[in-house]
Amino acid sequence: MKATVSAEVVVLLAGLLFALGIVGVIIRKNIIFMLLSVEIMLNASGLAFVAAGSRWGQPDGQVMFVFILAMAAAEVSIGLALILQIYHQHKSLDIDNLKEMNG
Amino acid sequence: MDKYLWLIPALPLGGFLILALAGKRLSRSSVAIVGAGSICLSALITFVIGGVFLAGMPPNAVYTQTLWTWFEVGAFSAKITLSLDVLSLVFVFVITFIGALIHIYSTAFMEADRDYARFFASMNLFVFSMLVLVLADNLLLMYLGWEGVGLCSYLLIGFWYEQQANGNAARKAFTVTRIGDAAMAIGLFMIFQQAGTLVISDIGASAGAIWQPNSTVVTVTALLLLAGGVGKSAQLPLQTWLPDAMAGPSPVSALIHAATMVTAGVYLVARMHAIFALSETARLVITVIGAATLLLAGLTALTQYDIKRVLAYSTISQIGYMFLALGVGAWTAAIFHFMVHAFFKALLFLAAGAIIESLHHEHNMFKMGGLKDKMPVVFWTFLVGALSLAAVPLISAGFYSKDQILWYSWTANGGSPVLWMVALSGALITAAYTTRMMILTFWGEAHTPVGHLPGRRMTMPLVVLAVFSVFAGFIELPHNFGHFTLFSDLLRPVLPETVMRADIPSEWLFQLLAALATLGGVFLGYHYYYQQPSRVESLRRNAMLAGLHRFWFSGWGFEALYDRVLVKPFIFISKINKSDVTDRLYTGIAAATGEMYKLLSRTQSGSLRWYIMGLVVGAILILGIQIML
Repeated sequence: MKATVSAEVVVLLAGLLFALGIVGVIIRKNIIFMLLSVEIMLNASGLAFVAAGSRWGQPDGQVMFVFILAMAAAEVSIGLALILQIYHQHKSLDIDNLKEMNG
Repeated sequence: MDKYLWLIPALPLGGFLILALAGKRLSRSSVAIVGAGSICLSALITFVIGGVFLAGMPPNAVYTQTLWTWFEVGAFSAKITLSLDVLSLVFVFVITFIGALIHIYSTAFMEADRDYARFFASMNLFVFSMLVLVLADNLLLMYLGWEGVGLCSYLLIGFWYEQQANGNAARKAFTVTRIGDAAMAIGLFMIFQQAGTLVISDIGASAGAIWQPNSTVVTVTALLLLAGGVGKSAQLPLQTWLPDAMAGPSPVSALIHAATMVTAGVYLVARMHAIFALSETARLVITVIGAATLLLAGLTALTQYDIKRVLAYSTISQIGYMFLALGVGAWTAAIFHFMVHAFFKALLFLAAGAIIESLHHEHNMFKMGGLKDKMPVVFWTFLVGALSLAAVPLISAGFYSKDQILWYSWTANGGSPVLWMVALSGALITAAYTTRMMILTFWGEAHTPVGHLPGRRMTMPLVVLAVFSVFAGFIELPHNFGHFTLFSDLLRPVLPETVMRADIPSEWLFQLLAALATLGGVFLGYHYYYQQPSRVESLRRNAMLAGLHRFWFSGWGFEALYDRVLVKPFIFISKINKSDVTDRLYTGIAAATGEMYKLLSRTQSGSLRWYIMGLVVGAILILGIQIML
């Protein structure tokens, strides 16, 4: 049998995941975990797109999700490269060590 | 020939541009060649154009050349148009010819100065502006030249700017003439408002149709124009700047403050005679100003001891004669006296400059003395100039021009016996102070050793000017002998004929009295300063006379009066508002912006997590507001 999940529940799940991601970005000190949290936020928004697409029977939601996936791939590759550079220069992954870039 | 008219002002302008832009890189001799050469060429072109103009007078007696349109606003268009008629020709001739001589003199006089190029650049710019002033066909272009000569006068009075006093004198000259210039600008606005044009020939042609004779409007317009002339020509009550202007180098005093710029007021009144002819009040004011100035400045000159200040007050006094002539309606007599005065006064200033330089910058006449045999060329040329200034009968040009003014001051329509008396006593005073100056400078014991003598480049202009100071008078002889009126016949197309009164006394008597006044003045000077110098001392011991001497010496207290009435209150007011109230508002805004910037820059902490926090809080706030509303 087909288990039907209502769109509201999925959007709620997406919202929860997004909030989780934000909290993760804010409270985490380790850059890798911050990147992870950003990924969670991206996927939360992708989930919301898919839910909305199925709710109105439109393909656009899934198209958008493919876009988000592609962008996330690019973002992760750049992000990881930057993290590597930061680790090389500061010998640490603590975001608070990068405060000197103020002004 | 009229298509070459632009060359006359263009050459000095070119000289100015070369010297101003590349003067530092040029050698001294090339600076002299460019600076003096441009004016000499301009003078040559003036001779050629003037000769052709006078030989074959065009039908309307004027050459015009429109170069380009300056600007257009609605129906009004200001054009850069040069126009040469006989009146401008006289002025252009004096400016370029005397200017060229003075430039040649300056090449030697300023030789040791380190700002050689700056001097010639300013002088060339002055000649250019003065030529624009007299060649302009509309009042707007004329005003451009008018302001240009004011600027150059300022630059050249303050030429030796290291000394505070020179800078002050320059600023004083600029500020005082500005009062007149502002009045003149308002006068131009009024003319434009009523006539709808600023082209001089159009105003002249339609003046009678636009203005009612003796109406208030035309009187006010004429008086505003006159105020401009009074400021530039150092007449009462704006005369205080000219004696101080002697702070400039002597060639500057000769060119600007004797021969050309200070007579711009005479030119303005003569040029706008159509307006002045309509207002009896304005003409009366000119007459009174001229008569009062010539007397007052003459008496002041009698007491000065600085040779250049004597000459400065004498200039003021002689321009007073010109204004008197203009006021009584003797237009050509005023222009004739202008030309003759330009020759002998430039000569006197240049000779005085040569003396001052030879005596190591000694200005005090009482410290000169005995120069008769030591500087023969300067002595003889100075003597010729002095004869002309004192208007010694028959042999000097000054006699012919001044005698004409004396004659008209009684017999012209606007003249009266009182004016004639004033002018006659002025002639006596002129002769007296001229004799005093001659005797103190050239006779008696030498008080200061003579340094190097002036060279050929300095004496040649003196000799040429001396020749003109004698022979320039013969182009216009009195009506009763010779009756040779070349000069006034030439000016006939431009200036109206002098209207005479019905009952004219014999002219012989007037000439005799004028000659007697001159000789009397010479005798007074001779008696008090040569025969019995001790009598001057005894006169000075008299308390009342000593007080009078002090009063005259200070220029009749005008300096002190203006200082008390205008300068002191102005400084007082500016002191009250030292920290500019209106400025506070703007500095306040600037300070508040600075504080806010400091506050905001605190948020740039560099902590990424705080930034994200800010983003989140901001997003929640905006979302919240949207949901709420």
